[in-house]
Amino acid sequence: MTHELKLYCEKSRLAELRSFIAEALSATQLSAISQNQLILAVEEVCANLIIHSHDCNPLSHIWLTIHLNPERIIFEIKDSGKAFNIIEYKSPEINAVVKEKRKGGLGLLLVRKIMDKIEFETDHAFNTCRLTKKLKSK
Amino acid sequence: MLSINMTAAREHLVIALNGEVDASNSVELDEVIQEALSGSVQKILVDGRNLEYISSAGLGVFMSYLEDFRENNVAFVIFGLNEKVMNVFHILGLDQLISIKNTQEEAEESLYDA
Repeated sequence: MTHELKLYCEKSRLAELRSFIAEALSATQLSAISQNQLILAVEEVCANLIIHSHDCNPLSHIWLTIHLNPERIIFEIKDSGKAFNIIEYKSPEINAVVKEKRKGGLGLLLVRKIMDKIEFETDHAFNTCRLTKKLKSK
Repeated sequence: MLSINMTAAREHLVIALNGEVDASNSVELDEVIQEALSGSVQKILVDGRNLEYISSAGLGVFMSYLEDFRENNVAFVIFGLNEKVMNVFHILGLDQLISIKNTQEEAEESLYDA
Protein backbone atom coordinates (compact mmCIF):
# COMPACT_ATOMS: atom_id res chain seq x y z
CA MET A 1 0.00 0.00 0.00
CA THR A 2 1.43 3.38 -1.00
CA HIS A 3 0.37 6.87 0.06
CA GLU A 4 1.69 10.05 -1.48
CA LEU A 5 1.57 13.69 -0.37
CA LYS A 6 2.75 16.87 -2.03
CA LEU A 7 3.67 19.18 0.81
CA TYR A 8 4.18 22.90 0.25
CA CYS A 9 7.07 24.43 2.15
CA GLU A 10 5.25 26.36 4.83
CA LYS A 11 5.48 25.60 8.53
CA SER A 12 1.71 25.97 8.79
CA ARG A 13 1.43 22.82 6.63
CA LEU A 14 2.96 20.57 9.29
CA ALA A 15 -0.44 19.85 10.85
CA GLU A 16 -1.68 18.67 7.44
CA LEU A 17 1.41 16.45 7.18
CA ARG A 18 0.65 14.87 10.57
CA SER A 19 -2.96 14.13 9.60
CA PHE A 20 -1.81 12.53 6.36
CA ILE A 21 0.67 10.22 8.12
CA ALA A 22 -1.82 9.39 10.87
CA GLU A 23 -4.37 8.41 8.26
CA ALA A 24 -1.89 6.13 6.48
CA LEU A 25 -0.75 4.52 9.74
CA SER A 26 -4.28 3.91 10.97
CA ALA A 27 -4.29 0.79 8.77
CA THR A 28 -1.41 -0.71 10.79
CA GLN A 29 -1.46 -2.51 14.12
CA LEU A 30 1.01 -0.05 15.63
CA SER A 31 0.30 1.34 19.10
CA ALA A 32 -0.65 5.00 19.51
CA ILE A 33 2.81 5.67 20.95
CA SER A 34 4.60 4.07 17.98
CA GLN A 35 2.40 5.87 15.48
CA ASN A 36 3.14 9.17 17.20
CA GLN A 37 6.88 8.43 17.06
CA LEU A 38 6.77 7.81 13.31
CA ILE A 39 4.68 10.93 12.69
CA LEU A 40 7.20 12.91 14.74
CA ALA A 41 10.27 11.53 12.95
CA VAL A 42 8.87 12.24 9.49
CA GLU A 43 7.75 15.71 10.56
CA GLU A 44 11.23 16.48 11.90
CA VAL A 45 12.84 15.66 8.54
CA CYS A 46 10.19 17.60 6.60
CA ALA A 47 10.32 20.62 8.95
CA ASN A 48 14.08 20.64 8.53
CA LEU A 49 13.78 20.69 4.75
CA ILE A 50 11.02 23.30 4.75
CA ILE A 51 13.00 25.66 7.00
CA HIS A 52 16.61 25.08 5.99
CA SER A 53 16.54 23.85 2.38
CA HIS A 54 13.54 25.82 1.13
CA ASP A 55 13.52 28.89 3.42
CA CYS A 56 9.78 28.35 3.97
CA ASN A 57 9.03 29.27 0.35
CA PRO A 58 5.32 28.43 -0.08
CA LEU A 59 5.84 27.92 -3.81
CA SER A 60 8.26 25.04 -3.38
CA HIS A 61 7.22 21.61 -2.28
CA ILE A 62 8.49 18.27 -1.13
CA TRP A 63 7.08 14.83 -1.80
CA LEU A 64 6.38 12.26 0.87
CA THR A 65 5.66 8.67 -0.10
CA ILE A 66 4.73 6.08 2.49
CA HIS A 67 5.15 2.40 1.60
CA LEU A 68 3.35 0.07 3.98
CA ASN A 69 4.55 -3.52 3.91
CA PRO A 70 3.88 -6.31 6.39
CA GLU A 71 7.56 -6.29 7.47
CA ARG A 72 8.38 -2.60 7.31
CA ILE A 73 7.20 0.93 6.72
CA ILE A 74 9.29 3.10 4.42
CA PHE A 75 8.94 6.88 4.33
CA GLU A 76 10.52 8.47 1.28
CA ILE A 77 10.98 12.23 1.37
CA LYS A 78 12.01 13.80 -1.91
CA ASP A 79 12.88 17.40 -2.68
CA SER A 80 14.91 19.49 -5.06
CA GLY A 81 16.24 22.12 -2.65
CA LYS A 82 19.72 22.50 -1.24
CA ALA A 83 20.86 18.99 -0.44
CA PHE A 84 20.88 18.27 3.27
CA ASN A 85 22.73 15.08 4.05
CA ILE A 86 21.02 13.82 7.16
CA ILE A 87 23.56 11.03 7.55
CA GLU A 88 26.57 13.35 7.67
CA TYR A 89 24.86 15.73 10.09
CA LYS A 90 26.24 15.37 13.57
CA SER A 91 23.62 15.68 16.30
CA PRO A 92 24.64 17.72 19.33
CA GLU A 93 25.00 16.27 22.81
CA ILE A 94 21.96 16.98 24.99
CA ASN A 95 24.17 18.61 27.64
CA ALA A 96 25.61 20.99 25.06
CA VAL A 97 22.10 21.97 23.96
CA VAL A 98 21.25 22.91 27.55
CA LYS A 99 24.52 24.75 28.21
CA GLU A 100 24.41 26.75 25.01
CA LYS A 101 20.67 27.46 25.44
CA ARG A 102 20.10 26.14 21.94
CA LYS A 103 16.58 25.70 20.66
CA GLY A 104 17.47 23.54 17.69
CA GLY A 105 19.33 20.35 17.01
CA LEU A 106 17.09 17.87 18.79
CA GLY A 107 14.96 16.93 15.78
CA LEU A 108 17.38 14.69 13.94
CA LEU A 109 18.42 13.09 17.20
CA LEU A 110 14.80 12.01 17.56
CA VAL A 111 14.78 10.68 14.01
CA ARG A 112 17.86 8.56 14.74
CA LYS A 113 16.36 7.17 17.93
CA ILE A 114 13.02 6.34 16.33
CA MET A 115 13.92 4.92 12.91
CA ASP A 116 15.73 1.65 12.18
CA LYS A 117 17.42 2.85 9.02
CA ILE A 118 18.14 6.26 7.52
CA GLU A 119 19.35 6.61 3.94
CA PHE A 120 20.17 9.67 1.89
CA GLU A 121 20.93 10.01 -1.78
CA THR A 122 21.16 12.92 -4.14
CA ASP A 123 21.43 13.23 -7.92
CA HIS A 124 21.26 16.25 -10.23
CA ALA A 125 17.49 16.55 -9.82
CA PHE A 126 16.41 15.23 -6.43
CA ASN A 127 17.49 14.58 -2.86
CA THR A 128 15.89 11.54 -1.33
CA CYS A 129 15.79 10.74 2.35
CA ARG A 130 14.49 7.27 3.13
CA LEU A 131 13.43 6.33 6.65
CA THR A 132 12.69 2.70 7.44
CA LYS A 133 10.88 1.28 10.44
CA LYS A 134 10.86 -2.49 10.82
CA LEU A 135 7.69 -4.04 12.10
CA LYS A 136 7.82 -6.86 14.60
CA SER A 137 7.59 -10.22 12.86
CA LYS A 138 5.28 -12.70 14.43
CA MET B 1 -3.40 24.70 16.68
CA LEU B 2 -2.00 25.87 19.98
CA SER B 3 -3.48 28.06 22.66
CA ILE B 4 -1.59 29.07 25.77
CA ASN B 5 -3.04 30.40 29.00
CA MET B 6 -1.05 31.89 31.82
CA THR B 7 -2.58 32.27 35.27
CA ALA B 8 -1.14 33.20 38.65
CA ALA B 9 -1.91 31.13 41.74
CA ARG B 10 -0.39 31.57 45.22
CA GLU B 11 3.32 32.09 44.53
CA HIS B 12 3.42 30.35 41.19
CA LEU B 13 2.43 30.76 37.56
CA VAL B 14 0.59 28.10 35.61
CA ILE B 15 1.19 27.96 31.86
CA ALA B 16 -1.52 25.76 30.32
CA LEU B 17 -0.84 24.36 26.86
CA ASN B 18 -3.76 23.38 24.70
CA GLY B 19 -3.23 21.67 21.35
CA GLU B 20 -0.09 20.89 19.36
CA VAL B 21 3.37 22.48 19.53
CA ASP B 22 5.44 22.31 16.35
CA ALA B 23 7.85 24.49 14.35
CA SER B 24 5.00 26.75 13.24
CA ASN B 25 4.07 27.92 16.73
CA SER B 26 6.90 27.09 19.15
CA VAL B 27 7.79 30.80 19.16
CA GLU B 28 4.52 31.42 21.04
CA LEU B 29 5.60 29.04 23.77
CA ASP B 30 8.97 30.74 23.81
CA GLU B 31 7.41 34.18 24.31
CA VAL B 32 5.22 32.99 27.17
CA ILE B 33 8.12 31.42 29.06
CA GLN B 34 10.20 34.54 28.49
CA GLU B 35 7.37 36.64 29.86
CA ALA B 36 7.04 34.37 32.89
CA LEU B 37 10.77 34.67 33.53
CA SER B 38 10.76 38.45 33.20
CA GLY B 39 8.66 38.77 36.36
CA SER B 40 9.80 37.95 39.86
CA VAL B 41 8.06 34.59 40.10
CA GLN B 42 10.25 31.71 41.32
CA LYS B 43 7.88 28.85 40.58
CA ILE B 44 6.50 27.92 37.17
CA LEU B 45 4.13 25.05 36.39
CA VAL B 46 3.30 23.84 32.91
CA ASP B 47 -0.11 22.22 32.63
CA GLY B 48 0.30 19.63 29.87
CA ARG B 49 -3.04 17.88 30.29
CA ASN B 50 -4.33 19.22 26.98
CA LEU B 51 -1.06 19.09 25.11
CA GLU B 52 -1.74 16.67 22.25
CA TYR B 53 1.59 16.75 20.45
CA ILE B 54 5.07 18.19 20.72
CA SER B 55 7.92 18.17 18.22
CA SER B 56 11.57 19.02 18.74
CA ALA B 57 10.77 22.69 18.20
CA GLY B 58 8.73 22.67 21.42
CA LEU B 59 11.19 20.50 23.33
CA GLY B 60 13.94 22.88 22.26
CA VAL B 61 12.11 25.81 23.85
CA PHE B 62 12.00 24.07 27.24
CA MET B 63 15.62 22.97 26.91
CA SER B 64 16.84 26.46 26.06
CA TYR B 65 15.53 27.84 29.37
CA LEU B 66 16.86 25.16 31.72
CA GLU B 67 20.05 27.14 32.36
CA ASP B 68 18.08 30.34 33.00
CA PHE B 69 15.85 28.50 35.48
CA ARG B 70 18.92 27.19 37.26
CA GLU B 71 20.75 30.54 37.28
CA ASN B 72 17.67 32.37 38.58
CA ASN B 73 16.60 29.73 41.07
CA VAL B 74 13.29 29.16 39.33
CA ALA B 75 11.52 25.89 40.04
CA PHE B 76 10.02 24.56 36.80
CA VAL B 77 7.67 21.58 36.75
CA ILE B 78 5.58 20.06 33.96
CA PHE B 79 2.56 17.90 34.79
CA GLY B 80 -0.25 15.94 33.17
CA LEU B 81 1.47 14.83 29.95
CA ASN B 82 -0.36 12.14 28.03
CA GLU B 83 1.58 8.96 27.25
CA LYS B 84 2.41 9.91 23.65
CA VAL B 85 3.88 13.26 24.66
CA MET B 86 5.63 11.78 27.71
CA ASN B 87 7.21 9.19 25.41
CA VAL B 88 8.75 11.96 23.28
CA PHE B 89 10.41 13.50 26.35
CA HIS B 90 11.57 10.05 27.33
CA ILE B 91 13.15 9.18 23.95
CA LEU B 92 15.69 11.97 24.42
CA GLY B 93 16.03 11.47 28.17
CA LEU B 94 14.58 14.91 28.83
CA ASP B 95 12.49 13.46 31.65
CA GLN B 96 15.83 13.21 33.49
CA LEU B 97 16.57 16.92 33.00
CA ILE B 98 13.13 18.40 33.55
CA SER B 99 10.91 17.72 36.55
CA ILE B 100 7.76 16.00 35.25
CA LYS B 101 4.87 15.00 37.52
CA ASN B 102 1.67 13.10 36.85
CA THR B 103 -0.83 15.37 38.54
CA GLN B 104 -1.20 19.03 39.40
CA GLU B 105 -1.28 18.09 43.06
CA GLU B 106 2.07 16.32 42.89
CA ALA B 107 3.51 19.17 40.86
CA GLU B 108 2.41 21.80 43.39
CA GLU B 109 3.66 19.68 46.24
CA SER B 110 7.09 19.55 44.66
CA LEU B 111 7.07 23.35 44.26
CA TYR B 112 6.13 24.14 47.84
CA ASP B 113 7.76 21.37 49.82
CA ALA B 114 11.19 21.77 48.27
